[in-house]
Amino acid sequence: MGEFKMPSLGSQMIDAKLTQWFVEPGDIVKKGDIIGEIDTEKGLIDIEVFEEGTITELCAKEGETIAVGSVMAVIDGQKENKEKTKPKAETKAKEVTTTKKAKKNGEQKGKAEAKVKERGSARPKASPLARRVAEDLQVDLSKVEGSGPEGTIHKKDVEAFAQEAKGEETFEKEIEMAEHISAEEAPKNMRQAIAKAMSQSNSEIPHYYLESEIDMKVALDWLESANGKRSVKERILPPMLLIKAVANALTEVPELNGFWTDEAVHIEEGIHIGFAISLRQGGLVIPAIMNADMKSLEQIRGEFVDMIMRARDGHLKSREISSATITITSLGERGAEKVYGVIYPPQVALVGFGRISHKPWAVEETIGIRPVMTATLSGDHRATDGHTGSRFMEKLNEQLQHPEDL
Amino acid sequence: MNKVTQQTITYREAVRDAMREAMKKDERVFLMGEDVGRYGGCYNVSQGMLEEFGEERVIDTPLSESGFTGCGIGAAVAGLRPIVEIMTVNFSLLAADQIINTAAKLLYMSGGQFNVPLVIRIATGGGKQLAAQHSHSLEGWYAHIPGLKILTPATVEDAYGMLGPALEDPDPVLIFENTLLYNYEGEFFNDGSTVDISKAKVRREGSDVSIITYGIGLHKSLQAAEQLAKDGIEAEIVDLRLLRPLDDETIFSSVSKTHRAVIVDEGWKSVGISAELSAQITGELFYDLDSPVERICGAEVPAPYAKHLEEISLPRVDDIVESVKQMGGIYG
Repeated sequence: MGEFKMPSLGSQMIDAKLTQWFVEPGDIVKKGDIIGEIDTEKGLIDIEVFEEGTITELCAKEGETIAVGSVMAVIDGQKENKEKTKPKAETKAKEVTTTKKAKKNGEQKGKAEAKVKERGSARPKASPLARRVAEDLQVDLSKVEGSGPEGTIHKKDVEAFAQEAKGEETFEKEIEMAEHISAEEAPKNMRQAIAKAMSQSNSEIPHYYLESEIDMKVALDWLESANGKRSVKERILPPMLLIKAVANALTEVPELNGFWTDEAVHIEEGIHIGFAISLRQGGLVIPAIMNADMKSLEQIRGEFVDMIMRARDGHLKSREISSATITITSLGERGAEKVYGVIYPPQVALVGFGRISHKPWAVEETIGIRPVMTATLSGDHRATDGHTGSRFMEKLNEQLQHPEDL
Repeated sequence: MNKVTQQTITYREAVRDAMREAMKKDERVFLMGEDVGRYGGCYNVSQGMLEEFGEERVIDTPLSESGFTGCGIGAAVAGLRPIVEIMTVNFSLLAADQIINTAAKLLYMSGGQFNVPLVIRIATGGGKQLAAQHSHSLEGWYAHIPGLKILTPATVEDAYGMLGPALEDPDPVLIFENTLLYNYEGEFFNDGSTVDISKAKVRREGSDVSIITYGIGLHKSLQAAEQLAKDGIEAEIVDLRLLRPLDDETIFSSVSKTHRAVIVDEGWKSVGISAELSAQITGELFYDLDSPVERICGAEVPAPYAKHLEEISLPRVDDIVESVKQMGGIYG
């Protein structure tokens, strides 16, 4: 028996209005099903379940405003209705893994599946080790296609499934709740949300600002040679490099990576870099690249491209827009020289990058023309002092002078 | 003492050298059995020993397994260190009462007063077209009996090295020598060194499956591992070396690494040592297993005389290879 609660879609969110239920008691739901719609400051958002079962009760009424964490519905996870749900789960499992090595035991598998259906058994045939690994990786065994005799699931099948799920970050399914920012609603609500957050920031956070000019020649030269072998689509762009550089610098100056809550600074272990994306229809979203310090530049490139695409379609996941531990704003090629950003609370720092422009620059004993970029740091003076900020800027510069190590 | 040299010798010579060294070192040690003296041993193992040690210490016995095994027990209790040779494990059944009811239990039944420091060497196994009364692998039966130690040397090194510690053991030790191994050759230092008779040994390291075996099965498994390696499957080969007590630590540590176990045993499958191994592995490592424990054993028939039938009644290299390849999840 599970309770479906009002999700939190950001630190600012206190409650939201339930506009519509898409289900009624007795309906069978599975992971990823959209069961309702809520109205938040970020617009109308579809809410998804991450549990399988039967809706037994809808506690929240349409039109009601519900606090985050309050129970909205009760879902009975008992599989009494397995005959109905099973075929769906199976089709889904197939979609996901058909590309995989079904070859070897193809025939046997067919037979096995038929058998399973006959018996109506919902318990997948999996080795004890596979079950243990599935538990560790939080993989639902009913979705995994086994490669063994009679379709048995082995450790490698579970690992391959988890790998695939992770690689694709399949936002249409999976544990996390996805949100769909509805495009028409976005500007108005989003403006309000931005207004709220930024007002709070400016009234509560005593900002301090630091700026450094960074010689980008080495970084750009390196990008050029690294991109030489890549197709246009696969090129590494300066913002990706900047995200990685900030993440690495934060490992050395972790004080800037965290939150100010309850009158104290809380340094976060995971480095999740939020980057501001302007939307065509106006407003901006700040999805985060999770654990950017642990990821390769190539992984960051992939996620960055993916997130931009999804942000513009309004398909970001709630996890992505609610977990940044620091924010980057980069104005890009046609942007202004410098940006003094407003910290996104409860974060304690924001890094701004102006456009890269050619400038006279002292190179050893002479003057040269170099591509130069101004980096700024907006720091929360309650959490850190200018000295910490300075160290960060120094480390950031070091990172960008050695792009090959990024 | 022979001069210490590295040389290639046969398993048969290793057993003989071990007995000669033991008899030279300790005058309480003597050999008795059918045809061990004048005939030089049914498998030629004790060739020349009668001449070297004389009739008092290399004794031809009547065809009475129960009788001469009982003599061995008496001699051991009385302070000697007998090596009793039984021509084949099928004949040992005639001495089963002495082995099981006397040798294995005397220490217990005498309230700890009488150890039985007896070594019984028994030839075992099929493959020589000796038919249904001379070809079985019954060592697993003896592994059932508390009070006995069961050794199964599979290499020249063990054939030589196990006898010394077996003779030093205060309790009865049965050494099973597979008859097909007598002609196996191996590199060897005859420096009088012994081996540890309490541990199994990993004979080949691998990450994908543990093949657990002993005796002749070791050699088949090693060949199978070479073939499997061509398909990218790395098998780890565990040579049990002793069937009682089993060295759980080595077995479990291998299987918990590979997550798969195949047991190769020429004995019959039902109620055999392979069943015991499977039960122990499954009980201890259930949550580590990625596929069911497989067993490749002798066919459950009396050993056939006809060559082609006998061949297929025993585990073959191909059987091992196929069985491993069909284990779920083994590839990749």
